[in-house]
Amino acid sequence: MAISAAEVRRVARLARLRLSDEEAALYERQFGGILELMAELSGLDTAETPATASVSALSNVMREDAARPFPEPERLLALAPQSEGGCYKVPRVIA
Amino acid sequence: MTPCAAAVARDVRSGRASAESVLRAVLRKARARKDLGAFVRLLEDQALAQARAVDAKRGRGETLGRLAGVPVAVKDNMLVRGVETTAGSRLLQGHVASYDAAAVERLLAEDAVIIGHTNMDEFAMGSSTENSAFGPARNPWAPARVPGGSSGGSAAAVAAGLCPLALGSDTGGSIRQPAAFCGVVGLKPSYGRVSRRGLIAFASSLDQIGPLARTVEDAALALSVIAGADPGDSTCSAMPVPDYLQDLGTGVKGLRVGLPREYLAAGLDPEVEAAVRAAVEALRVLGAEVREVSLPHTRYAVSSYYILAPAEASSNLARFDGVRYGRRSPAARSLAELYELSRGEGFGPEVKRRVMLGTYVLSAGYYDAYYAKAQRARTLIKADFAAAFQGVDVLAAPVAPTAAFALGEKSADPVAMYLSDVYTIPSSMAGNASLSVPCGLTKGGLPIGLQLIADSFCEGTLLRAAAALEAAVPFPGLPEADRA
Repeated sequence: MAISAAEVRRVARLARLRLSDEEAALYERQFGGILELMAELSGLDTAETPATASVSALSNVMREDAARPFPEPERLLALAPQSEGGCYKVPRVIA
Repeated sequence: MTPCAAAVARDVRSGRASAESVLRAVLRKARARKDLGAFVRLLEDQALAQARAVDAKRGRGETLGRLAGVPVAVKDNMLVRGVETTAGSRLLQGHVASYDAAAVERLLAEDAVIIGHTNMDEFAMGSSTENSAFGPARNPWAPARVPGGSSGGSAAAVAAGLCPLALGSDTGGSIRQPAAFCGVVGLKPSYGRVSRRGLIAFASSLDQIGPLARTVEDAALALSVIAGADPGDSTCSAMPVPDYLQDLGTGVKGLRVGLPREYLAAGLDPEVEAAVRAAVEALRVLGAEVREVSLPHTRYAVSSYYILAPAEASSNLARFDGVRYGRRSPAARSLAELYELSRGEGFGPEVKRRVMLGTYVLSAGYYDAYYAKAQRARTLIKADFAAAFQGVDVLAAPVAPTAAFALGEKSADPVAMYLSDVYTIPSSMAGNASLSVPCGLTKGGLPIGLQLIADSFCEGTLLRAAAALEAAVPFPGLPEADRA
């Protein structure tokens, strides 16, 4: 199982990760071995097997949709690398 | 020697010791053993204030909690309000938690003292605590070896006597494997037993918080405190929390112990196998009925786990976008660059590898072959355990194929590292309760752990069996001379 350099770049773009050339080359090399490990599953017959998304016995845990104030919301905003006027600040999106 | 948590709580409640004196002794040791890299930050001032508050509470004649004055370390992926919490990542350097994790809240409500954050593989991705932005942690039994991971700092701290109790998190073995490598008790509760509010998420269908301790009693005590329903975590079960200490000493007479044949197969170190078999024999001598069982889909666990966990991680870690918290690249000129550069600069190599893998297996054209297939394999793995628990109460198995490996030994080969989780991943996939209890030493003097697995929400059975083994086959602990 091999993965091409272009494929590594495509996945990095989807994952919003900027990779250096060295990193991209490393992952290209390593992904082959990891995908080989995953390919073990192809030998398993799962035609009649349903999928398990969660092992929890719980389902649809509901509660009233009631708003509760967060104490000191400014503490949350203070975590942001940049904020202004009670908003998160990001680079200009529309030129 | 650092007394165990139960003894500290008894002494602080009775007034034989003050919380402050206990804390000061522990902090002295922790400061003296910085070489272990067990802590990423000690919260000395805050802990001192907490200890003094516990002593003042006793001074006023108030009843103290179940963990009165017990110094507890928590893994760096659990939020402690007002304190930097970084999940071992450069991306989160400077991130100050705005609330306490539920587990931390519960510790504090029982008058524990939070002494610091322990070292970990970045975002809990790893089996050696080498993937930390703070540098690796070391095994107190052999400093050239890893303490295991990802809760390696918690295991090393408890083993070296830097604190009597620590919390870790376990996604595919991250409590049990470091507990085995460091010769301490590590418990991964059933999925849904402990609230994960305030735990920085890795793979949400698998993550659980649990204790690392020197004694089974301390692990039981800690679980009694942190387990139970929480409206802030909808995956947390409302199932009542039993008093795990109550039945601890009732023995294993008639307990049905299963030995899964797929776990005692090729690839298992002979010394580890011998120690595991000896521990099972000890349980048999104590009155347990031992039989061989089969978990036929064991061989598909690692491959399906390394599809599902990275897939969930790629989604969970999308929140680290350089906008609301964490690192923002100063070089970014556009929003797209802000995401790509902040994440590219902030995440370490293993986190990037898993985010990439997760993105790949979820991407168009690959989803059915990988993600959907792995979810089906998970059904079969879970069914194996359900069938086994029809006939036995507890499964006994190795925790890891070998004792602690050397630093650097597996770090260049992700597949070799992933395969070190081969015995802990299956029960994680099934959501069962499992623990690691020390069961011997290799000829080279490295700890070996016995893994016990019980059906979901049967932690009591697990702890009872571990306590019986602990009493029958005393584990030496780290020699006093090597302690802080």
